[in-house]
Amino acid sequence: MKVKSTSYKINRCLLYVVLLLLTFLMLIPFAWMLSASLKLDKDVFIFPIQWIPENPRWRNYIDIWTKIPLSKFVLNTVKITLIVTFLQLFTSSFAAYAFAKLNFKHKNFLFMAYIATIAVPWQVYMVPQFMMMRSFGLNDSHLAIIFLQAFSAFGVFMMRQFYQGIPDELCEAARIDGMTEYQIYGKIMLPLSKPALSTLTIFTFVNTWNDFLGPLIYLKTEAKKTLQLGLKMFISQYSTDYGLIMAASVLALIPVLIVFLSLQKYFVEGVAATGVKG
Amino acid sequence: MTEEQKKTKIAALTEKRNHLHKQLEDTDSSRKKNKLAAQIVTTEEKIKKVRTGERLTRQEKRDLVAYSFIAPNFIGFAVFTLGPIIFAFVLAFMKWDGNSPIKFVGLQNFLLMFNNERFQASFINTIAYCLGTVPFTLVCALGLAIVLNQKVKGRNFFRTVSFFPYVASLVAVAAVWNMLFSPQKSGPVNMILYHLGVSAKNLPKWCADPDWVMFTIVLFSVWKNMGYYMVIYLAGLQGINGELYEAAGLDGCNSWQKFRYITWPQLQPTTFFVTIILTINCFKVYDIVYMLAGGSNGIVSSSAMVLVYHIYEEAFRNWNLGYASAVAMVLFLMVLTITLIQFRGEKKYAN
Repeated sequence: MKVKSTSYKINRCLLYVVLLLLTFLMLIPFAWMLSASLKLDKDVFIFPIQWIPENPRWRNYIDIWTKIPLSKFVLNTVKITLIVTFLQLFTSSFAAYAFAKLNFKHKNFLFMAYIATIAVPWQVYMVPQFMMMRSFGLNDSHLAIIFLQAFSAFGVFMMRQFYQGIPDELCEAARIDGMTEYQIYGKIMLPLSKPALSTLTIFTFVNTWNDFLGPLIYLKTEAKKTLQLGLKMFISQYSTDYGLIMAASVLALIPVLIVFLSLQKYFVEGVAATGVKG
Repeated sequence: MTEEQKKTKIAALTEKRNHLHKQLEDTDSSRKKNKLAAQIVTTEEKIKKVRTGERLTRQEKRDLVAYSFIAPNFIGFAVFTLGPIIFAFVLAFMKWDGNSPIKFVGLQNFLLMFNNERFQASFINTIAYCLGTVPFTLVCALGLAIVLNQKVKGRNFFRTVSFFPYVASLVAVAAVWNMLFSPQKSGPVNMILYHLGVSAKNLPKWCADPDWVMFTIVLFSVWKNMGYYMVIYLAGLQGINGELYEAAGLDGCNSWQKFRYITWPQLQPTTFFVTIILTINCFKVYDIVYMLAGGSNGIVSSSAMVLVYHIYEEAFRNWNLGYASAVAMVLFLMVLTITLIQFRGEKKYAN
């Protein structure tokens, strides 16, 4: 018995060593980023790496706002992300309710239209989509990015799957009580679907916040650029301002970090659910 | 509608209904019966509509309510997704620069494509990226999931940490990687390698070296994305019946045997699914390449070209919109193939 417990202890120790090593590998780029963001450019590449700078240069975090129109970029991104997330949540939960709980003409046909597009990645139709937006006069506008992100089939699927798990009897009972479908959606389904809505929120938020190719294609005017695009522009223009680049990068990460940490439970559940069900 | 018209209409509808009833009695096939029954119901509703003078039947009203739910999303979806998809298939057979009129050119775009060296390079690189990333990510994700499925202190913290690269902004983390893997000797990774005894002239130039650039991209991609697939594996692991391990423990199986004979076979559907998703995502790779291998002007050399990059440069730099759509069709066919494999596999694993 005693032998077993020592081998068990060794196993445990090994496990923790592996875990710490992994954490180290995962986090080291972030640690380096943070540390470099507080250094002078000439000190960034000093070896051995000085993890905690002797004289942290907080000025990097002030200078970055004047060097590029960072506040403009942040504002643009916040605006786009909030509108897209709201539209996505509202329209897909609305449509999903009809697909899950109502019977109507052409229901299967309409749903097939959504299904048929799953196998088509955005990259396949981004060119004609751009030409179409341009003919609407939407190129170089935030509206284009919003339209492009807000009506995904993914949201409808996810919400529909969730609503199907809610018993039909609940809706039937409400109908007998004289509630309209809109009331059933607003007063019964929406409050019940908080977990699914949270999952959709975090997916949409992170995707829109981090999107690069969409804004790259559409947004040409500097004042309209998003944070990711602005950051990339800054990196290309001032490629040797290491400290400033890293400070800007840290700033670009913070909002996602906050949203992720506060909603991560739903994120993990969402990935697991879509993963298991395929 | 006058009373007279109403009466004739009701009479006509009633006759239709009676006729349907008769048909219903005569037929044997249950499918036909269902269809007829549905027709009878609609006819009866129509009769009621004429009688009460209402403009819509109840079913029509219900349909309208349902459409009002779907419309906000569906209109956006139809205009901005469905429309462009159909357009993309047509455009692949056209020549268009966005300004002059569209011209039909048949298969010319595809012929041009197969003879284009940049296309060949991008196709090969995409496959190479896939072959490097898929197995590497799979192994890392599974290993990570197994470790994080143990009962350890701070398990949630470790899970969060390994997931964070996935949600982190690509531009930001790519900027760090470009500095860490700087091709100069002073780059931190190269510095470590140097101190480990790699001579200065043998230090890899990472993204600056055509032979190393794909490897660096794969390495980055594994680091960034494995947390995502780890979560899928974790869900799979939690679905395995614990009694299997207990039984194996009683039979004296060691950890490796448990993995080999329980975990791995039980996880087969998960592995299948992860492989599919990973492969499709690899085909779609673009921004990682743009960030790591694109110079300050974002131009990628042919050693790191991938399909989506080729589409991007042909469409938005050279304005060969028809040609770009033809390349997009190749991408579509690749993804479609994998999706069909997935459908077949799902049938197999559903049992």
